[in-house]
Amino acid sequence: MSLTNEQIQLKLQEKFGEQVSNFSEPFGMLTFEAPKEQNLKVLQFLFDDETLKFRFLTDLQAVHYPNDKGRELAVVYHLHNLVDNVRIRFKVFTDINTPDVFTATQLYSSANWMERETYDFFGVNFVGHPNLKRILNVDEMDYFPMRKEFPLEDQSRIDKDDEMFGRGGSI
Amino acid sequence: MADIPDGHMGEGFFATKLSEVVGLARKNSIWPLPFATSCCGIEFMATAAAHYDLGRFGSERMAFTPRQCDLMMVMGTISKKMAPVVKQVYLQMAEPRWVMAVGACASSGGIFDTYSVLQGIDQVVPVDVYVPGCPPRPEAILDGLMKVQELVGQESLRRRNSDHYKALLESYGIQ
Amino acid sequence: MSDVQNILLPEGSIEKKTITLNVGPTHPATHGVFQNIMEMDGERVMSAESTVGYIHRAFEKLAERRPLYQITPITDRLNYCSSPINNIGWHLTCEKLLGIQTPKRVDYLRVILMELARIADHLICNSIVGVDTGAFSGFVYLMEYRELIYEIYEEICGSRLTTNIGRIGGFERNFTPTAWEKLEKFLKEYPKALKEFENLFTRNRIFIDRTVGCGPISAERALNYGFTGPNLRAAGVDYDVRVHSPYSSYEDFDFIVPVGTTGDTYDRYLVRNVEMWQSLSIIEQAYQKIQNIKGADAEVYHANVPEYYLPEKKDVYTSMEALIWHFKIIMGEIEMPKGEVYHSVEGANGELGYFFISDGGRTPYRLHFRRPCFIYYQAYEELIKGSMLSDAIVVMSSLNLIAGELDA
Repeated sequence: MSLTNEQIQLKLQEKFGEQVSNFSEPFGMLTFEAPKEQNLKVLQFLFDDETLKFRFLTDLQAVHYPNDKGRELAVVYHLHNLVDNVRIRFKVFTDINTPDVFTATQLYSSANWMERETYDFFGVNFVGHPNLKRILNVDEMDYFPMRKEFPLEDQSRIDKDDEMFGRGGSI
Repeated sequence: MADIPDGHMGEGFFATKLSEVVGLARKNSIWPLPFATSCCGIEFMATAAAHYDLGRFGSERMAFTPRQCDLMMVMGTISKKMAPVVKQVYLQMAEPRWVMAVGACASSGGIFDTYSVLQGIDQVVPVDVYVPGCPPRPEAILDGLMKVQELVGQESLRRRNSDHYKALLESYGIQ
Repeated sequence: MSDVQNILLPEGSIEKKTITLNVGPTHPATHGVFQNIMEMDGERVMSAESTVGYIHRAFEKLAERRPLYQITPITDRLNYCSSPINNIGWHLTCEKLLGIQTPKRVDYLRVILMELARIADHLICNSIVGVDTGAFSGFVYLMEYRELIYEIYEEICGSRLTTNIGRIGGFERNFTPTAWEKLEKFLKEYPKALKEFENLFTRNRIFIDRTVGCGPISAERALNYGFTGPNLRAAGVDYDVRVHSPYSSYEDFDFIVPVGTTGDTYDRYLVRNVEMWQSLSIIEQAYQKIQNIKGADAEVYHANVPEYYLPEKKDVYTSMEALIWHFKIIMGEIEMPKGEVYHSVEGANGELGYFFISDGGRTPYRLHFRRPCFIYYQAYEELIKGSMLSDAIVVMSSLNLIAGELDA
């Protein structure tokens, strides 16, 4: 008996009711969202339920939408049911001024570094994480580089002449 | 076989300059320190392997410790987190020492013009030879090594104590 | 010496009974820049803390600035030992978003390249495990065959290591007859070399003593840690993206997925070894299938999607339509659908995933790489707890950690 997206949606809606919303299926992968306080409950339900069995966390990362006020940072979980070969995507939105999301490390050990990377790049504060420090960038960095307002290049360079790159020079 | 330097040959003796002999000995036995960080490191492994043999240039022993090597070959992208480490390794090397920047990332930051990549290792250590390429072919790395050999063979014996060299190290903050 | 910022000595470390050893970013045995600060009781590792990020190149931020074809060179530098897999995975993701179907011949050509890349990667990994246990000759002997693979790549795309191969919808040019000759030469010579390499290691008493029981992991812990690829298969779980969600016509091929039992270093070595043999068989099957395609289809090397396929240079200089499409694609005036797609391929280290969010603009809104090395390196501390330092080094090299993929 293979698991279809409709069955997953029905089971989620009967357990969580109105809290899971925004169901869509881009390219065949069921995508839904839940409020950020419920993220652990949803993940635990998907893990424990005997027909759903989403026991593999494929990916965890964030997206910054600077124009959606109140919902700027989205934490996206990709889960995989290895037995029935079904993937789903689960999103949690949070405000940029209080970006607190509960950590998934008790459930999945692989979430440990993935959450540190998300914190490093976007500033999402994972409540309850054992070791929330910067992982890929230098420890002294004081901004969160993947947010849309920060530029790609290093702004403290003095040897690059932007006029050569068509961007109006300073040297 | 290496070429005999210019000098005066007689019956049972050969007179030449000391710097020539020392240069000849040094240039044919350069022991590199492969500071391989990324893709150029794999091309270095191909250079050191049997097809494009690096050992025939005298670099048979890859001394992985800076205390025992002559040439530090920095291969791969150096990020800002790694820059102090490059400097520390350079400081541990004994004179005479040379540095070769292999690849576009080590020479100038390469395609990564980002906030986290050091735009060329010559911001932290003085570099002698730059080998461009992304990654450079093993023949290019060997060509870079041959240029280092030229530099080594012709270096004056007094260079490391000269004011010019001391000023160069001062500009990098190295005493 | 001035600032020594990389070593953080804990409080009261003089009174401790354990030594803090910094197996630092530059170390001959860590193949790549990884730092582990280990607490050692003599020669035994009590605990380890890994720091990564010494080669962080900000790929994800870089990708937000570049249109689709300029992202292919970035994907090359992820797992640089097997770059065609990364490139083709990225093109498959774009094709999924744009809804492009590739013809069978293109799929088979892609399979040949991906399996060659997989052989190249496993070859390095197994020979480096040999080097770390003291046997240098296996490495030198097998690198010669990596040169044969490089020659095949050069014939197809011009570059040895960072290949930047292919286009969205196929390839930039058809494989030349020289490429087929080189492939045949490889298929004839490599099995003999691999057999000899196996004879050196697989039943070698010293190698078995060094690697059996070294860094084992159970299947439940491996799944919880997010392991994929040969490391997971060595632990006993047969999860292979090529079988679970086949892409690029992998369902037409007949191959087995090897599975180990204890997940230790010896099992990982054996799994990679068998995978190399399976890859050779897949390449031979693909070659047969390509030779069986006759007629007009035998010249096809890309899908018929002029809006997204960057045309061949000779057409750009001679035909008007190709020039216009070339201009439009380069300047970014093509229709990009909005949407988000996640696609994964079986990289040499595991499931390499691309999460691509497009907002209709020229460049991606967000591109995230699900890098297998980053995810399973978290388990390293658990794997080496209680083992000797030399075993810790062998475990690290058998996990096949590629620094470029780890830090992205």
